[in-house]
Amino acid sequence: MSLTGKTAAELGALLAAGEVSAVEVAQAHLDRIAEVDGRVHAFLHVGAESALEQARSVDARRAAGEELGPLAGVPIAHKDVFTTVDMPTTAGSKILEGYRPPYDATVTTRLREAGLVILGKTNLDEFAMGSSTENSAYGPTCNPWDLGRIPGGSSGGSSAAVASYQAPLSTGTDTGGSIRQPAAVTGIVGMKPTYGGSSRYGLIAFASSLDTPGPFARNVLDAALLHEAFSGHDVMDSTSIHAAVPPVVEAARQGDIAGLRVGVVKEFAGEGYQRGVLARFQEAVDLLESLGAKVVELSCPSFTYALPAYYLIAPSEASSNLARFDGMRYGLRVGDDGTRSAEEVMALTRAAGFGPEVKRRIMLGTYALSSGYYDAYYGSAQKVRTLIARDFEAAFHQVDVLVSPTTPTTAFPIGERADDPMAMYLADLCTIPANLAGNAAISVPCGLADEDGLPVGLQIMAPVLGDDRCYRVGAAVEKALRDRWGGPLLKEAPAL
Amino acid sequence: MSAITRDEVAHLARLSRLALADAELDHYAAQLDQIIVSVARVAEVATEDIPPSSHALPLTNVYRPDQARPSLSPEQALAAAPAVEDDRFRVPRILGEEA
Amino acid sequence: MTTTRTAMPYDEALERFEPVLGLETHVELGTASKMFCGCPTAFGAPPNTHVCPVCLALPGALPVANDKAIESTIRIGLALNCTIAEWCRMARKNYFYPDMPKNYQISQYDEPLCTDGYLDVEVDGKTVRIEIERVHLEEDTGKSTHVGGATGRIQGADYSIVDYNRAGIPLVEIVTKPVPGTDRLAPEVAKAYVTELRELMRALGVSDVRMEEGSLRCDVNVSLMPRGSSEWGTRTETKNVNSLRSVERAVRGEIERQAAILADGGRIVQETRHFHEDTGVTTSGRSKEEAQDYRYFPEPDLLPIAPSPEWVEELRAGLPELPSLRRRRLQDEWGVSDLDMAAMHNAGAIELVEATVGQGVPAADARKWWMGELARRANESGTPLAELPITPEQIARVVELVASGALNDKLARQVLEGVLAGEGTPDEVVEARGLRIVSDEGELSSIIDQVLAANADAVEKVRSGKIAAAGALVGGVMKASRGKADAARARELILEKLGVSG
Ligand SMILES: [Mg+2]
Ligand SMILES: [Zn+2]
Repeated sequence: MSLTGKTAAELGALLAAGEVSAVEVAQAHLDRIAEVDGRVHAFLHVGAESALEQARSVDARRAAGEELGPLAGVPIAHKDVFTTVDMPTTAGSKILEGYRPPYDATVTTRLREAGLVILGKTNLDEFAMGSSTENSAYGPTCNPWDLGRIPGGSSGGSSAAVASYQAPLSTGTDTGGSIRQPAAVTGIVGMKPTYGGSSRYGLIAFASSLDTPGPFARNVLDAALLHEAFSGHDVMDSTSIHAAVPPVVEAARQGDIAGLRVGVVKEFAGEGYQRGVLARFQEAVDLLESLGAKVVELSCPSFTYALPAYYLIAPSEASSNLARFDGMRYGLRVGDDGTRSAEEVMALTRAAGFGPEVKRRIMLGTYALSSGYYDAYYGSAQKVRTLIARDFEAAFHQVDVLVSPTTPTTAFPIGERADDPMAMYLADLCTIPANLAGNAAISVPCGLADEDGLPVGLQIMAPVLGDDRCYRVGAAVEKALRDRWGGPLLKEAPAL
Repeated sequence: MSAITRDEVAHLARLSRLALADAELDHYAAQLDQIIVSVARVAEVATEDIPPSSHALPLTNVYRPDQARPSLSPEQALAAAPAVEDDRFRVPRILGEEA
Repeated sequence: MTTTRTAMPYDEALERFEPVLGLETHVELGTASKMFCGCPTAFGAPPNTHVCPVCLALPGALPVANDKAIESTIRIGLALNCTIAEWCRMARKNYFYPDMPKNYQISQYDEPLCTDGYLDVEVDGKTVRIEIERVHLEEDTGKSTHVGGATGRIQGADYSIVDYNRAGIPLVEIVTKPVPGTDRLAPEVAKAYVTELRELMRALGVSDVRMEEGSLRCDVNVSLMPRGSSEWGTRTETKNVNSLRSVERAVRGEIERQAAILADGGRIVQETRHFHEDTGVTTSGRSKEEAQDYRYFPEPDLLPIAPSPEWVEELRAGLPELPSLRRRRLQDEWGVSDLDMAAMHNAGAIELVEATVGQGVPAADARKWWMGELARRANESGTPLAELPITPEQIARVVELVASGALNDKLARQVLEGVLAGEGTPDEVVEARGLRIVSDEGELSSIIDQVLAANADAVEKVRSGKIAAAGALVGGVMKASRGKADAARARELILEKLGVSG
């Protein structure tokens, strides 16, 4: 098998054994990018030179006998919402076109420290607002399974890069499902760690109380290795949890779920769910039972209010977080002709620099926080947040993990929901509760929908700091399904 | 019944420093109206007795020690500025006073 | 700019109206680093050298709160007799302004760290209790310089340039409840409050409170109600009041301005006004009627502050002696009247007297010099007493020279004059100016002989028993010695020479 077909763990082993150099691995992936990314458009920026430079440095350190981590020399695609000193950082927005930050995000720093070779920056919905990557100012990314369809979003560049073998690993951020949903619709693994388990420092904020960096990979173990590489306490992020990273790699290697109590959330079914999605989900639940898990159905009644609460809380925080993009200190400036005031220039800059979805959410958030509306909208949404946390708490008294489909439908065609924000927002129906309560949750492939032959994801939700449970159950499902399918789901994807 | 008027959307645009054309205002007014009507559902369950949660997790008291650390150089600080004068960020004339 | 209607004379204004005050004071804390990042806070650094991703609000940067700033705010709250919140949050105050990098200020809204306290101040021998509504923590903004236009002011400028060194310096906001009932003392009460607050900050060691550098800034709210009415009037908020004297002037000026408008049947507009240090005049700023909508909400990037009761008690126990208590103790120790103590306080002499006493000088002497000769000179030159170029150590030396008989008071004044003129230490001035008392008996005796010879009339009177006439002879000796003679000794010698006993 070619180097690009290997998993991160396999590449790590080959590199450690000296059977292949980091430069060779990086070059193989850069070649793959050159070959397919013209069609997929996963990357906004490919840093070929800096990648090879990093690879050479890893090779040199290894040659010098240095003890390196399990992912040293393994390539990675990095979502373009994390700051990088050596590459532009745009958050998918015109307002940051060509912007080069003077500092690295904590996640970026930790990737570098782990010896991961950053191939480039991946496409996303502008400021991570979206579920399709169509909201990027730099054009959409295409789903490797069907180039006419969306790769999910907002981390669609990262999911597509991994699903099209341009990188074995990538980073994402998950605010309402932006890792799990893209992973589900591209047939790969995507994990949202516990909120505060991975640092937000240098992650360009969408919604501060929800944003969570996490890994993408083609299998559960790789995701766990990457999770471990960049997670953990960071003094630069006040909301970072001061606790050890849960034993995710061990859990991914073990994958034993005998006796585990699994809860099926009753609310995540019915109208709006694609038939094929529900069918594959039910099979996954049966599979869990057959592997020795005790499955119960339970109700989390306030989950049905998660979507509206999210579409108040996230835009409210975003309206404030995005105020700094005003053309005064960095980024785009429009209309400064010497006669206009700062106020006018700010308004012209923001009107020209932000896309429609961003403007929509800024205004929605501004509305929800306005005097006279605060209590009914933002205030009520925060109460729903409390109710959702209580539902999780009650559920986790009965079960160890909760499961649901990751997303109600498979990948939809590019353009289909572009003019219908409400329809677009439904993509995150099942993923949002875990963001509101800060829980850990993962999406693993569980088959193809009969009606369109596209990937379906199984979401596994665990309590706060129970990230290892996601990996344990994910690994069990993955192994059983691979045995059944004779390999990973991704081998069903058409060749590019 | 519409939840939000076009004038209110114009006010929101002003508050958010977004210079929107008339046609855009119409477009956003219609979309925001639809969204607001839908999200207003949260009020159905948000009763008096439920405390609001501003954060995902109930953590408190995270501070850093009061120690000075190196700053950026002025070159780094000003590198991305659209306009610079005398090592300061040059901005268009400011109307009115600070709050 | 609004009306230039003539103001009503202060006395007339007070006959017709009663003022209600409110004061909002911002104190920059003297921490080593900024509120949410590690940038240094030192004043006067070259532009944009104390900035980082956090305080410049670069994409992705996050705040982390400074523990010392939290601690200082709690200590201020305790010193102001406030209740300390058991749990509170920072909030975002959203508005766009180029000197505020995030376009929101991290501040506190409905959950301030400290609430419901008071500060007693003394005016005219009367204690006035100023109720404190809240003390909260927030961050400072950057500094804009307005370029072009006639005045360098914001109006009419072509563009502005911004230095963000100050952005993110911790700022404590102290807000009083409305202060009614101060009557014609309102301006003095306002000044006394800010003075007392400043001393409190100094005693706590939380800020250098230099008004001229902007580390203590004051907004003054004033409203008037007609005498006999109990309904408060519309208030204005005067910003930019940056010296103690200006606090007094701003209150007085606003009373006079509002009184004229009200007496004319006019209406006070609720607005922000700006105080101009140069003219003492306030001009209209933004009208508060076109209300800002700050869209406050809890800051999601920072966690709630929940000071443990044990910690708060520890901080309370560690508070230093507060200025008003210290003044009371010193007054007892020095045995001075309320009036004298108040005079010393107003003149800024208490610390100087205390330091001088600390050098072993009797309190009466220390007070005499600082409140007499030196206060007069400070007044004449318009310099604060503490800024005169003379130290408590030097005063102590002068007092010592007087006590030893080497100087009399008149010579001592000349020594002080020399020290203030930069002629050196007291000993150097005595030496250079030749100011030592004539203690050589031979020299004194020959001067006396000359004086007796030249004043036969007086000599006769003394001899005939009118001893009071000796005063004229002593005066003659002093004059002849140009003040350097020891007057008491001269008198003894004169009486001795004339054969009478004093
Ligand atoms: Mg304030
Ligand atoms: Zn800083």
